[in-house]
Amino acid sequence: MTTSEWPLWEVFVRSRRGLSHTHAGSLHAPDAEMALRNARDLYTRRSEGVSIWVVPSAAITASSPDEKDPFFEPAADKPYRHPTFYEVPEGVRHL
Amino acid sequence: MSVPRTAALALGDDALILSQRLGEWAGHAPVLEEEVALANIALDLLGQARALLSMVGDEDELAYLREEREFTNVQLVERPNGDFAHTIARQLYFSTWQELLYGRLATGEGALAELAAKAVKEVAYHRDHAEQWTLRLGDGTELSHERMRTALAALWRYTGELFQPVEGLEVDWEELREEWTRRITDVVERAGLSLPEGPQGTSWAAGAGRQGIHTEPFGRMLAEMQHLHRSHPGASW
Repeated sequence: MTTSEWPLWEVFVRSRRGLSHTHAGSLHAPDAEMALRNARDLYTRRSEGVSIWVVPSAAITASSPDEKDPFFEPAADKPYRHPTFYEVPEGVRHL
Repeated sequence: MSVPRTAALALGDDALILSQRLGEWAGHAPVLEEEVALANIALDLLGQARALLSMVGDEDELAYLREEREFTNVQLVERPNGDFAHTIARQLYFSTWQELLYGRLATGEGALAELAAKAVKEVAYHRDHAEQWTLRLGDGTELSHERMRTALAALWRYTGELFQPVEGLEVDWEELREEWTRRITDVVERAGLSLPEGPQGTSWAAGAGRQGIHTEPFGRMLAEMQHLHRSHPGASW
């Protein structure tokens, strides 16, 4: 059994009262159906009413750690990028 | 309504013995994920066994102090694990039967019906797990197909016993057999296999587990299971 036949899957679980799917971990499975079942065993202990997403890890494109700085560095020294100079006129609602 | 002793023991022994067999896979399953799945199923079954045996006596005494001849599980569940395909074939035959039987029992009344209603959700998952693997092995490589075929054939003779009436269970056994055969046929055909030929429930097919007659590997399994309890009788843990 080679690894290529048992690819890695990422598991996202939404708990019964949770609002969004959260990355729970990863696992190996031969296909999506088995990945779902394995995820159920490994990450949900079969609590009812949860939702599981499985995604082949290969389908995920991640931002590169090397480019972290240019990617995420907020240009904090350019205050004009931040809408902090506006005063909200009175009478504006729902803001 | 009291629970019929014969029935609770029969179903309890089925679950206990299969659970013990599945426990043997711990650390030996083909992949980590499958190990977890088999252990999960074993734990479900052990829970069912505990509930069933507790209905008619002390669960530990019943599990650890009875002799081989006093166990009334079907022979199918005591068969050795064999290769992965054998374990899956045994799971497929048994859990399909268990799901159908518990589904019927759940419509009744009393403690047994309550247990069945709870357990049927678990066994539906066991059946699904066995089905998924039957499909993948049957429809997999040439080797896995052959192994799945061999396993289904080897265990076929033990399936007739599943439909022997059990005292205390109000079930239409012939109808259960038909439904079971339909379900199994559907799965094995989808897996590119066919229903094994040969005797299933005739006089010379295997199967007298309900009468306390067991196959040769059962004694050794029981010795391992009961060893500690018998070495330290009365100990609590």
